[in-house]
Amino acid sequence: MRTRLGKWSLLLPAAALLALPGISSAQLTQQDLAQKLTAESHVANMTGHAKSAAADYRRYCVGCHGELGDGNGENAVWLDPKPRNFQLGVFKCRSTPTGTLPTDSDLFDSIGRGFDRSNMPIWNTLTKQQRVDLVAWIKHFSPRWANEKSGDPITIPPEPEVTPERIKAGREVFARVQCWKCHGVAGQANGPSASTLTDDLGRPILPYNFTEGSRPKCGDTDKDIYRIFMTGLDGTPMPSFADNIKPEEAWDLVFYLRTFMAQPSKEKAMAKQLGLKPVDPNAPAGQQ
Amino acid sequence: MKTGFSRAAVLSVVVLVFCGALLLNQKVNAAGEGKISGTVKLDGTAPHMKGIDMSKDPYCSKAHATDPAHLENVVVGQGGGLENVVLYISEGLSGSALTEVPTQVAVFDQKNCVYTPHVLAMDVNQKFKVTTSDQTTHNIHPNPNPMTGNIPWNQSQPPGASPVEKSWKATEVIPVQCNIHPWMHGWFVVIKGPYATTDASGNYTINNVPPGSYTVTAWQEEYNTQTQKVTVAAGGTGSANFTFKAK
Repeated sequence: MRTRLGKWSLLLPAAALLALPGISSAQLTQQDLAQKLTAESHVANMTGHAKSAAADYRRYCVGCHGELGDGNGENAVWLDPKPRNFQLGVFKCRSTPTGTLPTDSDLFDSIGRGFDRSNMPIWNTLTKQQRVDLVAWIKHFSPRWANEKSGDPITIPPEPEVTPERIKAGREVFARVQCWKCHGVAGQANGPSASTLTDDLGRPILPYNFTEGSRPKCGDTDKDIYRIFMTGLDGTPMPSFADNIKPEEAWDLVFYLRTFMAQPSKEKAMAKQLGLKPVDPNAPAGQQ
Repeated sequence: MKTGFSRAAVLSVVVLVFCGALLLNQKVNAAGEGKISGTVKLDGTAPHMKGIDMSKDPYCSKAHATDPAHLENVVVGQGGGLENVVLYISEGLSGSALTEVPTQVAVFDQKNCVYTPHVLAMDVNQKFKVTTSDQTTHNIHPNPNPMTGNIPWNQSQPPGASPVEKSWKATEVIPVQCNIHPWMHGWFVVIKGPYATTDASGNYTINNVPPGSYTVTAWQEEYNTQTQKVTVAAGGTGSANFTFKAK
């Protein structure tokens, strides 16, 4: 007993020094994860506990996202897009700026919403409590949550009334920041750069096609669409435009994007009445 | 048992204090700083650097109408000098020489749809800014490994956009790309301590090196790394020349 204690206390400072040079990029092991089971999540007035989600994760999620949350479940080879690697802590759908961790509510919403045009189903068959627990479980996979806080959600001003002027202003924004480079002038995902896009893992990825009627991955309300281009979809080619589109212009752009969508809308009707044409990529700046 | 434990505890405190003193001691060395300089060359025939087809974006192809753009993975200058090689001290630094962060802001410009410079070296926590000189939209998308502590981000820069100012938390070689213009590919080389990047003739000088014995590492994106031992006398210049073999 005496010798054991003595040896350990001598080793401690040495171990502390060795640990200084930096975090190794090695993959997490089951042992590392076991220590993080105290992870919690908070959504509205609910609290989630990672421990409580173990059985649900094993039953519903492990097949794709894998035992270690690295996105390498046994089904992963068959899937495209690939299941999320939770260890990296990089997520598409956030209310927070690019390069920051999402909020617990963002993850909770993603689980309940599912991802259109992917193999991630809508998990609203699970109770809210189960989903909040799963959020805590997802967080226990990435060391990022131990070292960083979630980003601060971006501020979204109240949505103004749609007017033909706003739709026209949105068209100007679309032309100015050149959304068409990937999404195409009519939102058909056929811009000049569309065919060469890759995600952060180097896998081919398509821009969103507004016209085919599928739901945007991170939600289909006006607010969701606002958030998508003001936060960017991390891990994909979609950048954040927060520094280059003012909040009031952002609403104009949301209204203009609606005019592309297959679903009938006020915006679509107004655009028809205005006889709006797709933007001209070759027009000089400000002369659409 | 009690005495044994406390003896060990005292010993460990002594070890800690000693290590701390070692670290602090380095600050005294600020005076009499020297340099490390040399040349990096390529041995053999330089690989062919393909031309870049920018026809996807008329703005970009127009900018290169008379001066076609080429890939920049291996850029060889006169006498076989290799450009864009990053040199840094990988062993032997300690104290403030290791942790001091330059106040100078490193600049990474997007000009005529290529990155200038192609390789940007910087210290951990050193500020750098990404600027755009182009009349076309770029997205600046570095892709570090989040497990190192560096977090990936992706920001747009339409024409006239203000610079994006950032820094990195950990040492890493980070690829950066523009998804809109897939040929735009460069590197952020994040290191600790003094560094230098070779010029068009392959020459470099690492300034602000305290006297001592070091291992210098040269990094090149295609040929990986090489190391050499160098000794720097107070106020003197250590010399290290590197030669990478063409594949």
